[in-house]
Amino acid sequence: MTVNSARRTRVGDRRMLEIKNLSVSIEDKRILDNLSLTVNAGEVAAIMGPNGSGKSTLAYVLAGKPAYQVISGDILLDGDNLLELEPNERALKGLFLAFQYPTEIPGVAAMTFLKAALNAQRRARGDNDLTTPDFMRRVREGAQALKIDQEMLRRPLNVGFSGGEKKRFEVLQMALLAPRVGVLDETDSGLDIDALRVVAEGVNALRDPKRAFVVITHYQRLLDYIRPDVVHVMARGRIVATGGPELALELERDGYRDYAEEAA
Amino acid sequence: MMADVLNRSVAERTLSRQFAEQERREPSSARAAAFARFAAAGLPSRRVEAWHYTDLLASMADAAPILPAPTRADVEAARSRLAGRERFAAGPQVVLLGGRLMAELSEPLPTGVSIVEGPAETYAVDDPLAALNEALSPPGCTISVAPGAKLAEPITVVHLTNGAPYHSVYSRTAIALDVEAQASFVEIFDGAHAGVQRHAATIMTLADGARVTHVAVVGDEPGLHIETQICEVAETAKLAAFGLVSGGELTRRQIFVRMAGNEAKLSLGGLALIDGARRADTTLQVVHAAPAGTSREFYRAIVGDDAVGVFQGKIIVEKAAQKTDGAMKSQAILLSPRAQMNEKPELEIFADDVVCGHGATVASLDPEQVFYLQSRGIPNNDAKAMLLEAFGAESIDRIEDKLLVDPLRDRLAAWLRTRK
Repeated sequence: MTVNSARRTRVGDRRMLEIKNLSVSIEDKRILDNLSLTVNAGEVAAIMGPNGSGKSTLAYVLAGKPAYQVISGDILLDGDNLLELEPNERALKGLFLAFQYPTEIPGVAAMTFLKAALNAQRRARGDNDLTTPDFMRRVREGAQALKIDQEMLRRPLNVGFSGGEKKRFEVLQMALLAPRVGVLDETDSGLDIDALRVVAEGVNALRDPKRAFVVITHYQRLLDYIRPDVVHVMARGRIVATGGPELALELERDGYRDYAEEAA
Repeated sequence: MMADVLNRSVAERTLSRQFAEQERREPSSARAAAFARFAAAGLPSRRVEAWHYTDLLASMADAAPILPAPTRADVEAARSRLAGRERFAAGPQVVLLGGRLMAELSEPLPTGVSIVEGPAETYAVDDPLAALNEALSPPGCTISVAPGAKLAEPITVVHLTNGAPYHSVYSRTAIALDVEAQASFVEIFDGAHAGVQRHAATIMTLADGARVTHVAVVGDEPGLHIETQICEVAETAKLAAFGLVSGGELTRRQIFVRMAGNEAKLSLGGLALIDGARRADTTLQVVHAAPAGTSREFYRAIVGDDAVGVFQGKIIVEKAAQKTDGAMKSQAILLSPRAQMNEKPELEIFADDVVCGHGATVASLDPEQVFYLQSRGIPNNDAKAMLLEAFGAESIDRIEDKLLVDPLRDRLAAWLRTRK
């Protein structure tokens, strides 16, 4: 499998992530309802919506979390259908989910985990494992930019990390794994303004014409720091409005009430 | 009376005959007394509380013939086996073949350590298999560490058996530390196959201020492995004992500890890696008999396929043992819907000023954790292995003697590789 496969033949086609008519339920409750969304290469797409609109479900379904039942639809990344792939295969294709609540894993040092993740990606590409000095150098550089101290990396994965540390560590993983599409699920939740700035700078540094971001958030605040190209409003499990950055400001001013009613 | 009881099963009749033959060859009143204790109880069934989950009466169809004293050829075979096996840890090896000390296969011990052949005595333990071991074991050996001696490297006791297709092997090893002595010991059980019934006993005696780390490794494949540890910890002495079980059809490790002196310290731990149709039982009985003792018990098990794990831990705090501080924890992960873990922690407290607690959990691998690792590109099997390795390693990492941590972690990793 190649990570940067470019199946497209049409010149100028910038579609990177395409979600088509996706319906998903969990325990027989429908959460996503015929949702369609296209994210282009180089784009930062914000998805805003009220609580319970299905934003986090969308993030998890993109990453392949078990327990969700996909009833219909497709998710294409660079033209390949992600729904047929295991979570790790999706990651190798270039999908990265920055978790809203990163999972704590006692007994696995953050550093050990990073190395396993990076080497899994390299093996899938047919590359050799990173040498320890090379690995250490990459981590050190990435950690410095995100103000992550080395002591934290020796701790068990996400265990005893503060909210800010967890989010910074998610972004460090994203920087090291260099995905095609980064999905940020409520990355601003639990962050104070200083931590938010550090995390946003980390994300902005990864912006690239060959990469896209899906930034899921309830509040407009994050979008002051990570400027979106396009804003989608999600309600009742589907995209109900799409616009430019000004849409986020409108939502901040007027709330989600109009959209919730419209979808009803 | 004996005849009545021993009419109960084929195995019991065989054991009775084996003991009678031994008595004819070399009579011993001490061993006769021990066999009488065994005979009074017989092989334990599930009606015996301490053996509730390991019904020997039902599972021991017969007692295998006792391995005779090794021949010249047996000794040479053992020598080549030793040469071919990787050492578990640095330090000298003491070799027992069929429960008998093999001086010619053993290595010189450091200054302050002596070894003699001969039966080891213990305080009375109320258990039929402990009594059976005392009655049928060859004399075994006692390793003594002189007052104040501090050993830099662990001493490894290698228990070998020979290639006979169907036999039982008894051994009895004593470890005695004099005042303020410090040492680490490893006991490796090696080379047994499904036709082997093993009955091993280790007697550890710690004088005032002594410190011992003891690691037992059961990684071979005996049909039956019964291991009894009988330990006594004197004033301010500290015993840390760990057991790794990764093989054997039916294993039972039973550990009796008497905290005899003030401020004695105890740290017991273990990791059972059980798959296929194996059964592994760890049963503890810790008696706090003196004030201000501290005991910590921390056991973990990974149980797959149709395997069955057992953890029973009983902590008894006698009336004199005020200010006892005890904490016992047992945790298991089940890898299949058919795997079983039986946990029975118990406290019996007769003193009024103590802090004691216990906890037991049985769970599956956390799917959230597996998903998190997979979402970073780590394949499902590798993700699970990482989590299991972490779970197991947390029990191993509590061992203070770091020379023993890495080889145990290597064995855990090797076991996980066999499951992929």
